[in-house]
Amino acid sequence: MQPVISVSNLSKTYASGHQALKDVSLDIAPGEILALLGPNGAGKTTLISIICGIVNASAGSVTVGGHDIGKGYRVTRSMIGLVPQELTLGAFETVWNTLSFSRGLFGKKPDPAYLEQLLRDLSLWDKKDSVLMSLSGGMKRRVLIGKALSHEPTVLFLDEPTAGVDVELRKDMWALVERLRQSGVTIILTTHYIEEAEAIADRVGVINNGELLLLDDKQALMHKLGKRQLIIELETPVDKVPERLDDWRLEKLPDGRQLVYTYDPHIEDTGINGLLQAITETGLVVKDLQTTQSSLEDIFVSLVRADA
Amino acid sequence: MNTQAIRVIYKYEMLRAWETLLQSFVSPVLSTSLYFVVFGSAIGSRIQQVDGVPYGAFIVPGLIMLALLTHSITNASFGIFFPRFTGTIYEVLSAPISFIEILIGYVGAAATKSLIIGLIILVTAGFFVPLEIAHPVWMAGFLVLTCISFSLFGFIIGLWADNFEKLQLIPLLVITPLVFLGGSFYSVSMLPPAWQTVTLFNPVVYLISGFRWSFFEVSDVSVGLSLFMVLAFLAICLLVIGWMFKTGYRLKQ
Repeated sequence: MQPVISVSNLSKTYASGHQALKDVSLDIAPGEILALLGPNGAGKTTLISIICGIVNASAGSVTVGGHDIGKGYRVTRSMIGLVPQELTLGAFETVWNTLSFSRGLFGKKPDPAYLEQLLRDLSLWDKKDSVLMSLSGGMKRRVLIGKALSHEPTVLFLDEPTAGVDVELRKDMWALVERLRQSGVTIILTTHYIEEAEAIADRVGVINNGELLLLDDKQALMHKLGKRQLIIELETPVDKVPERLDDWRLEKLPDGRQLVYTYDPHIEDTGINGLLQAITETGLVVKDLQTTQSSLEDIFVSLVRADA
Repeated sequence: MNTQAIRVIYKYEMLRAWETLLQSFVSPVLSTSLYFVVFGSAIGSRIQQVDGVPYGAFIVPGLIMLALLTHSITNASFGIFFPRFTGTIYEVLSAPISFIEILIGYVGAAATKSLIIGLIILVTAGFFVPLEIAHPVWMAGFLVLTCISFSLFGFIIGLWADNFEKLQLIPLLVITPLVFLGGSFYSVSMLPPAWQTVTLFNPVVYLISGFRWSFFEVSDVSVGLSLFMVLAFLAICLLVIGWMFKTGYRLKQ
């Protein structure tokens, strides 16, 4: 399938000398949700800004829908909607006017019925005549999403859409993203919240220091990099791990009641049987057993730490 | 061409002026009326005719130019500076719209607003002094060209300024003195010879002179030279804006 967005060897060095992107390449398939994870200043927003036409690339190329973002900017930009990170809105316009403005800016003729439905979907219909400065932060965030969707884009960029919003609104946003995906919109979101990527993304990319460290299917990523841990709770605490168990490199938690065994769940012999047998031989009494899967957050942290 | 985009930029810029009606249109009319009361009636009645024109009528073209220049610059500079300041410029930059279309939208609206102000002042002047326009087509031409070229200049200032102080700097410290010293309230021929020469370095002299000629057929410099200067200023502004757009100056990093 032809990618809807193709980024090739993209680099960006700002006038200050800061290199925000270093030879980044990635393809994004139509209809997928891609989450870009990375710490502040990693280059996520620069990548989005170049694709949207707000920032000039220093090197490399980007196509959207098969069109170069430079030569074919009218086609590429009309396909894209952007929800910026900051609450960048005017103060005195009404919700309705600002959405109408956005739609017209992207060359679309007025369509009051579409805008009404959009505002209803965003629970903003009763605020259509309110001036922007009177809205709460969460409502402003929804207005920004409405503006980005006002021209019916097929690709939507959400730059940290849930930063600073409450849990309920975050869940609403996730539901909205899912609805958009079902309607065929390709979504690229940047986020600090690993749980967000874990909850809604199909693929995850990790950017740090301007480099794309990793880009993979979310499930495959967790399968490849996700370690599992067996937590063994003992009946009585121990001062140190018996030498007999050294082969399993157990970690003793501070209270001495729990031993943690980290293993790869994808190999045939995980070593669990042998471990449990060895524990019995040492005379330790097991009170409880528990397994945990490392989360995307653990993977992200380990990748970024390794890159630092 | 993305005519919808031009239309909405133009419409929303005009809407902004309409929503601030007092500030946009009533305020310049009031301040110009005060000029007529003070200079035209109170002081003007004691001043002899200038170049055969009653003083009250003589200052009309200068007063219109004063308003046109300052409002063209202010409207256009604020129009593009405000979205840069608030960050909403991202939307314009990410839209399928060329820089020429952005320019037409913002400068077109700014020029329209100042043109309306100019016409309102012209009508207001008619209540204070008897007015005859000898060359209405030339008058309209100078009016439109001045509105466009100084709106372009304002657009440049709006891109150049990175704070509100800079936004006000050129209109207050450069344009206003140039207009006042450019023959708005006097004929250049009334100055000593040395100052006449100095005054000719003031580009606003050519604007006011040409505009005044279209009313009364009296001018400090030839009307052809006035027209050339307006067109030259317009061309320079377009070249500077072209360079700004090409380099992404203060718009794109």
